[in-house]
Amino acid sequence: MSLISIELPKTKNHTPELSAAAHTLDGNPTGKKYWRSLNHLAETPEFHDWVKRIFPANANEMMDGNSRRTVLKLMAASFGLAGLTACRRPVEHIMPNSKGTVADEYAPGESHHYATVMSIGGHVTGLLVETHDGRPTKIEGNPDHVHSLGAATALQQATILGMYDPDRSSKVLAGGKESGWSAFDAALKSISLGDGSGLRFLSGMVTSPSLTALRNEALKKFPKAKWVEYEAAARENELAGTAMAYGQQLYVHPRFDKAKVILSLDDDFLALDSPAPFMTTLFSRGRKVESEADLAKMNRLYVVESQFSVTGANADHRLRMKGSDVRQFAGELAAALGAPLALNVVGNAQNDKRGKFLAAVVKDLKAAGAEALVVAGPRQSPSVQALASWINQQLGSAAVSYSKPVMQNADSGVSALKALTGEMNSGQVSTLLVLGINPAYSAPADLQFSVAMSKVANSIHLGLEQDETATAAKWHLPEAHFLESWGDQATSEGLASVQQPMIEPLYGGKTAAEIVAKVIGYRDGKAHDIVKNYWLGRFGSAKGVSGEQQWRKALHDGVIAGSQTGETVKVSVDAKKLAAVLLAEAKPAAGEAKTVEVGFYPGASTWDGRFANNGWLQEAPDPMSKLTWGNAAMISPKMARDRGLADGDMVAIQRGNLKLDAAVMIQPGHADDSISLALGYGRTSCGRAGKGVGFNANLIRSTDGFWFAPGFAITKTGETHRHATTQEHGVIDDEGNNAEHQHDRNLVRETTVGAYQKNPKLVEEMVEVPELTSIYPQVSYDKGYQWGMAIDLTSCTGCNACVVACQAENNIPVVGKDQVLRGREMHWIRLDRYYAGDENDPEVVEQPLPCMQCENAPCENVCPVQATSHSPEGLNDMAYNRCVGTRYCANNCPFKVRHFNFLNFHREEKEVVNLVYNPDVSVRMRGVMEKCTYCVQRIEEKRIAAKVDGRREIADGEIKTACQQTCPAEAITFGNINDPNSRVSKMKKQDRNYAMLAELDIRPRTTYLAKLRNPNPDLASGGKA
Amino acid sequence: MSAVMQDRALMEVNPPLVQSAEYHDLTEQVSAITEAGVLETPMKYWITLGITAGITGLLFAMLGYLVYRGIGVWGNNRPIGWAWDITNFVFWIGIGHAGTLISAILFLFRQKWRTSINRSAEAMTLFAVMCAGLFPLFHTGRPWRAYWLFPIPNFDLNLWQNFRSPLIWDVFAVSTYLTVSALFWFTGLVPDLATLRDRATGRVKQVVFGLLSLGWRGSARHWNNYEKAYLILAAISTPLVLSVHSIVSFDFATSVIPGWHTTIFPPYFVAGAVFSGFAMVMTLLIIARWLLNLENLITMKHLENMNKIILVTGSIVGYAYATEFFIAWYSGNPYEKYAFMNRAFGPYAWAYWTMISCNVLSPQFFWVKKFRRSIPFMFILSITTNIGMWFERFVIIVTSLHRDFLPGSWGYYKPTWVDICTFIGTFGLFLTLFLLFARFLPMIALSEVKGVRAQEKHAFKGQELVAK
Repeated sequence: MSLISIELPKTKNHTPELSAAAHTLDGNPTGKKYWRSLNHLAETPEFHDWVKRIFPANANEMMDGNSRRTVLKLMAASFGLAGLTACRRPVEHIMPNSKGTVADEYAPGESHHYATVMSIGGHVTGLLVETHDGRPTKIEGNPDHVHSLGAATALQQATILGMYDPDRSSKVLAGGKESGWSAFDAALKSISLGDGSGLRFLSGMVTSPSLTALRNEALKKFPKAKWVEYEAAARENELAGTAMAYGQQLYVHPRFDKAKVILSLDDDFLALDSPAPFMTTLFSRGRKVESEADLAKMNRLYVVESQFSVTGANADHRLRMKGSDVRQFAGELAAALGAPLALNVVGNAQNDKRGKFLAAVVKDLKAAGAEALVVAGPRQSPSVQALASWINQQLGSAAVSYSKPVMQNADSGVSALKALTGEMNSGQVSTLLVLGINPAYSAPADLQFSVAMSKVANSIHLGLEQDETATAAKWHLPEAHFLESWGDQATSEGLASVQQPMIEPLYGGKTAAEIVAKVIGYRDGKAHDIVKNYWLGRFGSAKGVSGEQQWRKALHDGVIAGSQTGETVKVSVDAKKLAAVLLAEAKPAAGEAKTVEVGFYPGASTWDGRFANNGWLQEAPDPMSKLTWGNAAMISPKMARDRGLADGDMVAIQRGNLKLDAAVMIQPGHADDSISLALGYGRTSCGRAGKGVGFNANLIRSTDGFWFAPGFAITKTGETHRHATTQEHGVIDDEGNNAEHQHDRNLVRETTVGAYQKNPKLVEEMVEVPELTSIYPQVSYDKGYQWGMAIDLTSCTGCNACVVACQAENNIPVVGKDQVLRGREMHWIRLDRYYAGDENDPEVVEQPLPCMQCENAPCENVCPVQATSHSPEGLNDMAYNRCVGTRYCANNCPFKVRHFNFLNFHREEKEVVNLVYNPDVSVRMRGVMEKCTYCVQRIEEKRIAAKVDGRREIADGEIKTACQQTCPAEAITFGNINDPNSRVSKMKKQDRNYAMLAELDIRPRTTYLAKLRNPNPDLASGGKA
Repeated sequence: MSAVMQDRALMEVNPPLVQSAEYHDLTEQVSAITEAGVLETPMKYWITLGITAGITGLLFAMLGYLVYRGIGVWGNNRPIGWAWDITNFVFWIGIGHAGTLISAILFLFRQKWRTSINRSAEAMTLFAVMCAGLFPLFHTGRPWRAYWLFPIPNFDLNLWQNFRSPLIWDVFAVSTYLTVSALFWFTGLVPDLATLRDRATGRVKQVVFGLLSLGWRGSARHWNNYEKAYLILAAISTPLVLSVHSIVSFDFATSVIPGWHTTIFPPYFVAGAVFSGFAMVMTLLIIARWLLNLENLITMKHLENMNKIILVTGSIVGYAYATEFFIAWYSGNPYEKYAFMNRAFGPYAWAYWTMISCNVLSPQFFWVKKFRRSIPFMFILSITTNIGMWFERFVIIVTSLHRDFLPGSWGYYKPTWVDICTFIGTFGLFLTLFLLFARFLPMIALSEVKGVRAQEKHAFKGQELVAK
């Protein structure tokens, strides 16, 4: 069997002959397309036709016996050479998803994009993976996938590094000792499963249709077995809430683009609560301002929450309160809208901030009617979810729809896990298969999952790492990463995609489906066959299109058309019934309101801990706190003052026998008497990047206080901890603490829609720019392409997707906590976060900072060796091999966007990590300066493509920088500013376009569009509701 | 009042510069140091040399470690691309200023009191510039490529230097300064080297001094050429005193960073350099006087004159600080204003107030003659002056960089142990070179001192007066 396979190109317009040739060879209609030898392939008439087309001059020779052999020899040699670099290409065929200009044929050195799909805790997103010679190097969103729309979040993009992670599990372990797959197979055979009464499966939320089919098959074969699903950050409250409201479990699909007034009840839909990027995109489309007409159409966002989230930062009005108080607020809101609820009104009168906020929200929501939308976050109890549903119904919101879950499993959620642990403790479970999750770490502490696991005779763990669960299990099996294995995933609406592997499993892992297939003795247990057979079964051969053709199309497109089986349902809530349910719910105990509440949140970089060993993510600063390499107990400034706590003070957070020592961090805008902790840190059995980083919030998480729990006592331990933040706690504001130093800088310019409508020149007038002169002759950049960028601060949410995209695209090294503490992080694009106003209720702005590509670049004239100079197209180029590393350029950069390789940051990197590097970008050595290049390699790629296409002009929008490509908020526009019709020129023509520090006569090519807020005039104090 | 009495009175006000009996005694005294055998040299000398050589070893160990690992072993970061490295560079360059000033400018102004101290001040200049030169070289990320800063034709990249960069100006300014200072120093040494050659007993010494003295025979023609050459070199050196530190200040002044972008920098840097240079000469001479028993050649008058210069330049520096604040306020530029407020009241306020107290306040004691003439006092003050001047560079470089335009990029700098050991190490190198010089070359310009003595002998009516 040859490892080499020909890249099967797109059927539409390229080499159908070759595909047909492969078909002819295909004995097994569903099987793989191996061929025994190149000669075998070459015997087919289709292949001859293909050769004729590709080598017209040699066609006759090819048919001639002698010279054909010579040609074949040469071909074999070149195939072999191609195979050297691509020797890990999967044997089963995958379909390239062309991005347009790159030829679909496989050509060494060219990049190809393949569609695949990824699920994070049930959030499914279609992705495109860029591969170079058989090695995946970068993840982008699939524009054809409704949950991506072309964007990918930081978590999704960084998984590519996770795949190459040298710390990943590579060995089957039996009782902690190295074993093998055959030993495992033998052991599995020896277990008598009977009717499955002692058999339990435990997995994350299953979103794979083929795995669901296998699950059903397994449960049919072992009728007494159970399959439990557990996610540390799950969506179960959403289902429970709709069940409460409608009597059936439904997924809620908010359509932010259709809403004009949005209220989020503790729903961080722009970041932590939506690992799929589309919610940000849809929300941001409702705020896009490209013309005056858009100003009137801008949406307005109200947020009620405890932790200061990215969504809260983007709110026009935000009200902070403890997580547990949100239910009361939702009840009051519902009551104000006419619900028959007898909830006690909290707060003295309608005159306090909360009362005013509520009144304004009620008025605004009512006015918006069908364009109103209320969303409740996954942390909020089913009753809040139900109230949100009721409110949407009451308002007649057209911005929300519901669908039935397609893969539902009654045994899911923390209660199911609790039941399972009970069974394990009482000895009812003899065989436990943990598939791809890490409950020994991520289960609430009161379940003591590892202890329960030790009571199971045959505990089998399949996982990417030798994690806490692997250590506790009798058997550990290495799992195949989603980028190296076949599978499928469907969104909550049921829209399915095939997960294509980009590479053969690096460490010999298997998928969950393959393990389940082993357990139930499935005939053909390879992942590819499981998935393909499942889908061929579902496709049928409708409309004369064969199943095979549909399969190919699915691979190519990255979405399976017509697979959306989750039917949209029209539902209505019986308000009286709901009121009865709500009233029956337990009231918060008296005195609880005075204790400290702890809230748990998925980590922006770690999610539930599964990404803990990912250096890109660990080093991506938290959008709000700018904390890297760790989490912290986030508290409000008032709480810090009241309790005499400072940043970095260690505190013991305790309730009963649940106890955690964690370091405090002061988060302006956080709710008082409440602590927020990110999940996913403090891993004890993890690779080098994640081990012991941060504090394990699961140690104080319990089944009864899964998302937030009151009654915690905090005591200072006296120790301190250093937080590796990338930004000082500077506040840029008008009346705050540091006002006298900073009030007239206007680096981030913002205004309200109303003020901007009144005076469009307002933004320009914020900074006085004197007449600018220079002693050097000025270059006029008026010919050819002149690259420029516009960043819309109204859209930017600060989500970090661009930071990781840039890191992947430009081979930016990870420097580690120690170096971040010394201020040496390397991100070419960073997000500066500024608070404004009162520290208790600040406004927040995020400002992305790539290189400004100044036309009069201060960095250029100070470089003694001309290592940085200007290109005729206006790029501030950097010649790494000329740089001697004086750092003068970085000193003289007013934006400090130049990054110096202080050490050899690749020194301790394992060789396998080299595979992730983009071959179009050089890896910089220590001692040289580097910075954003506007992705010059992408510019050159398109320039070459345009040249190959007959010297045409590069079309507007053809070149997308990595940050722009992935930005879920579509905040970044890049293009030729010399073309007045290009999108970037149009963006820059807006009145709110401004160049930061223009008064220095540096003429930056990157400009910003001022941030517009859309405050409710009734809440006159601006955004500080 | 008799003439003698008048002279006595004069002497009290203006004591003689050379308190020595005969020309020959002078020769003996100075040459004896270089001619002494190993055992005849005081033990305190060898112990001191051992310590400084050890510290020099530390310097080279640190530089080796730096080249092996990268700039990251220092505390530099983003935004503080330059920290102790360039602070030390400017500090040492500043130290180097007094040498040329004493040799060239005071020579042109016929300030006779310079004669006993000029040789060692010039040597100090050379060694300080050597210490300074280490930093631009080793502060580069890839020091093995640092030769690219010189206009050496290259064929691998076919690139030339960027003559708009003040760093290139620095390279030329510092290397010119080093070359001219070395020539000046060596020219002045020639007659004395000839004296040593003539007195040499061993073959090695005869050959070495013979080669170094360039065939000097002391003929009138030689003296004539020598005096002309010396005068011309002094004339060439004089503008260099002003230019080197002006150009070093351009590194900052031509940038856009608030706190750096200041037109006052050239004169302010020169004054600061003279200030610190004199303080360093003072420190060294007080030690050398004690180590090598040169009280009769380096007299209280020399020391007092230098203290007066320290007072003047210290006050100029203080005035410059005040001007900076005034301009920051007067400009109305918020970045400029913040940069200076941040200096005085920000996280580095401690460094700023150290600088102010060492540079502006403490030299004011020299208004009082008693302090100007107290050796322990002036020794302490010479040291605090140099601490203050080091902090001045630190304040300019680090506090300006650590908070510039965008609060989002602000940072804080802390030195590492490598930073500290490297800086200490440069003192080792400097002192080692100085001690070697003091032991192996005539550290007092014999020929010139003799000239001064001849003048004084007659001016003060006979040596008996002097002998008393």
